[in-house]
Amino acid sequence: MHYKRPKADVVIVGLGWAGSTMAEELTRAGLNVVAIERGAWRDTSTSFPTTRNPDELSGSIRKDILQAPVTETYTVRNRPGETALPLRKYHNLTLGNNVGGAGTHWAGASWRWQSFDHQPYSRVMERYGAKQLVDGLILQDWGVTYNDLEPFYDRFEKIAGTSGTAGVINGVKHPGGNPFEDSRTSPYPTPALERTRANILFSEATTRMGYSPFPVPSAMIGGPYTNALGINLAPCTYCGYCQLYGCGNWSKSSPNICILPVLMQRPNFTVVTESEVVRINTTPDKKMATGITFVDSDGNIGEQPADIVITATFTLDNTRLLLLSGISTPYDVNTGQGVVGRAFTFQTLSWAFMFFENEYLNPFMNTGALATQIDDFNGDNFDHTGLGFIGGAGIQSLCNQGLPIGMSGLVPEGSPRWGKGWKKAFQKSYQNYAQIQGQGTNFAHREQFMDLDPTYKDRFGQPLLRITYDYNENDRRSGRFIRDKCVEIAKEMGAREVKGVSLADDPYSGYTPWDSSHVQGGVVMGEDPRTSVQNRYQQNWDVPNLFVIGASSFPNNAGYNPTVAVGATTLWTAKAIKELYLKNPGPLVRL
Amino acid sequence: MTRNLLQRALRISFRSGVVLSLAALPVCTVHAQNAPVNARMEHGRYLAVAGDCLACHTATDGKPFAGGLDLKTPFGIITTSNITSDKETGIGNWTFEQFDNAVRHGKGPNGHLYPAMPYTAYSQITDADITDLWEYIRTLPPVSHKVESNKLPFPYNIRTLLVFWNFLFFKDATFVPDSSKSDEINRGAYLAQSLGHCGTCHTPKNALGGDTKDTFQGASLQGWFAPDLTNNAHTGLGQWTADDIVTYLRSGTNRYTAASGPMTEAIVNSTQHLTEADLKAIAAYFKALPPRTVSPPQPLAASNIQVTAGQRDFMVECSACHRSSGAGISNMIPDLRNNPAVNASNPDSLLNIVLKGTEGPATHANPTGAAMPGFGWKLQDEQIANILTYIRNSWGNAAPALSAADVSKARTAISAQPAVPR
Repeated sequence: MHYKRPKADVVIVGLGWAGSTMAEELTRAGLNVVAIERGAWRDTSTSFPTTRNPDELSGSIRKDILQAPVTETYTVRNRPGETALPLRKYHNLTLGNNVGGAGTHWAGASWRWQSFDHQPYSRVMERYGAKQLVDGLILQDWGVTYNDLEPFYDRFEKIAGTSGTAGVINGVKHPGGNPFEDSRTSPYPTPALERTRANILFSEATTRMGYSPFPVPSAMIGGPYTNALGINLAPCTYCGYCQLYGCGNWSKSSPNICILPVLMQRPNFTVVTESEVVRINTTPDKKMATGITFVDSDGNIGEQPADIVITATFTLDNTRLLLLSGISTPYDVNTGQGVVGRAFTFQTLSWAFMFFENEYLNPFMNTGALATQIDDFNGDNFDHTGLGFIGGAGIQSLCNQGLPIGMSGLVPEGSPRWGKGWKKAFQKSYQNYAQIQGQGTNFAHREQFMDLDPTYKDRFGQPLLRITYDYNENDRRSGRFIRDKCVEIAKEMGAREVKGVSLADDPYSGYTPWDSSHVQGGVVMGEDPRTSVQNRYQQNWDVPNLFVIGASSFPNNAGYNPTVAVGATTLWTAKAIKELYLKNPGPLVRL
Repeated sequence: MTRNLLQRALRISFRSGVVLSLAALPVCTVHAQNAPVNARMEHGRYLAVAGDCLACHTATDGKPFAGGLDLKTPFGIITTSNITSDKETGIGNWTFEQFDNAVRHGKGPNGHLYPAMPYTAYSQITDADITDLWEYIRTLPPVSHKVESNKLPFPYNIRTLLVFWNFLFFKDATFVPDSSKSDEINRGAYLAQSLGHCGTCHTPKNALGGDTKDTFQGASLQGWFAPDLTNNAHTGLGQWTADDIVTYLRSGTNRYTAASGPMTEAIVNSTQHLTEADLKAIAAYFKALPPRTVSPPQPLAASNIQVTAGQRDFMVECSACHRSSGAGISNMIPDLRNNPAVNASNPDSLLNIVLKGTEGPATHANPTGAAMPGFGWKLQDEQIANILTYIRNSWGNAAPALSAADVSKARTAISAQPAVPR
């Protein structure tokens, strides 16, 4: 059956952080907004009750909260010319499949990106010149700066209730915070979380080494908080069921907790759940979007006409939707022309895994983002002259795991694998295992991109998205550099046994343990239509009533997690729609 | 009211292509289609909200005002009627006199109404207000929905018996202001006693279901205990300021507590929509009531075996939200310390909340809607008895201990889940 829903002012595809943040702004402005979400409704108190939600087998092991690869997946290859194969089991891409999106089950690290991350090209050129760039690297500014985004970072933090210790407020440095952060106009809404024993050892070691440790800003809030929308949040209890779980304690900022209770009270908001958008509809000349087409879970095909189309799905799906809809020019790796799918980035992770001899680290008290970090080697906070790479990593003592099943494999190499010997080793290692993560920048390369797979199709017969990705030389160099720093710090912390790893030393795989879930780019914002799909307002260069929001707009990845940057750029675009576009519909940037 | 209906919608929405929106809900279209044509009708709508007509005259997942909700009384089930303007199944053919007779005097076209319809309170509605209320009610769009109201067993199904009941327990008179009290207190008294019909739940009933003289001193109904509303500091509103009452009725929460059970619905449907002046008047009225004259019992000793066992389980099961100090979170999670609802000698509400959980109030003033999950499946009768005994005898609280048998009885009475065997 085909059906057509009544026309809306705005249709939003995907109701995660980006979609719900946008919906809140636009419904408050009086627009009639319909969101289409492929997942089911989820409500904090009834879907994630504290009585039963902390279930490691269901959450971390079976990953029941995620979109199953059997429903929808991606194909992956390392370089052009290879045949890509579909990812057939869960791993580092943790896709949301419910109202709230991945924002329901995220780990919660809540970073503002630095001014360098928004303008990497001009900063690198200014300080080092083109010689600093490895062959094939794609580096470009976003068209929007940290200063442009500061009010929106501020607003998003006040929606999320972000916990942390400010380092720089109105240009004045504050002890205990990140001295490298760009100036903020207000402190974090809630205080930083308590530190674990491992965090404290890391702080002491890095301080001795002359670095500046600070608490990682977190979605796990540090005290009772009423957010900017009037919703109450309760302080985090450090139960440790954050990543891959919805928080039923009202303690981890998520769309479900921080936005949906308000949104659902507005009569000009509607969400259609369990319906997957398969195409953005346009006029025949592809100059204007007319709405979207979706398939509901009965298999019926619905159409939602709208004056403005906003897609707010995961990075990969945003890209795929443009490719499936024939909007803007797909990237061609052979010619370097085209923009959709171009400037795809991942994350460069390095690690130091360590065992102490006689500690009581009590890892059962943790959160998804309970970490103490140094930014001395992140972004462009240090002189890269002679190093042969750009970027770096946030180096952090990350205490995000203490669940019994997950910890059971973390015993020193050479330990017995079963029986009494294993039990003894596990008992000791549970209290003595710690890790330092180097969460690194990642810059795009001309041979890293996304396009439609020529072979594999989804359940609706549409081609899957194909990822062509491998680490480039810049990543390998920065990864090793950061790995060595992690190892040095681990030794200074007094660990008995330390193992350093740089994931970029091996070819990229969707199945690498300890890898990141962050992917960016494909529908990037920028200043030049030849190298970006959208202008600085995340407005499509070719189709002015189409806005694609989320990390798909970011042409590079920072040594940070992307969520708060997604929130800030979404609010920035919402303001542009409300104050510029609605008054004068059409391109907001004319060249 | 919209939110509450939406939540009902959500609970049944685990299927395909579900459209979730207030706009899709009939209650809003009712409002939209019936934009006020005059101020009296608009005032009538306000009175209908104050009287919370919608709550009882709408079935779960039913059309607004089309009736069909089963009210469980101690005498059997009474199903609420269709009060839309449908001529066949509603009140579309009624005159004002018939409406007045039903609402204020308890007389319907088929004889006497059962006092499940709070005409015992509505009798106090003024002549002007009942006229305005009719101006609004008569415009409710017709919904064809036939309701069999009287499903009571013999002898309660004989409506003429109500003649005697009314003689004993019904004072058919409109509100008379008390000239010794301020206008504000009189306004509050009028709202609380007539439209608000607070006493329907909060005033103890005698064996025949009539109000006793212990007005607003707390009463048990449908598995809940509607607490003492007098100024008793131990079990009533003694510790709350008038502002605390206003905040509670407007947002469902205040610095001490969050609404639970049927009161959540009353706040979401009704009191949150009242004007600030009316809420202040209600608060002033309750603050002027004399305290219930019952002195608190002595708390059990901290060394009591139930208290120590309860404390252990409280720390494991409850302290994450209510905090180990019992202090909770202001405007979100109830402060259990020195808490009149905890101190009520009747534990029905506490047992209901622990066994089945309770929806959180989601209002315009506080949209959070944090709920308490049910622990019935997770905790044994003995554990619940111990935890509640601990809470009821800690942090300034004092109330009788509960036994595993009390919990077991409640579990059956309110059809809570059995506990998973240990």
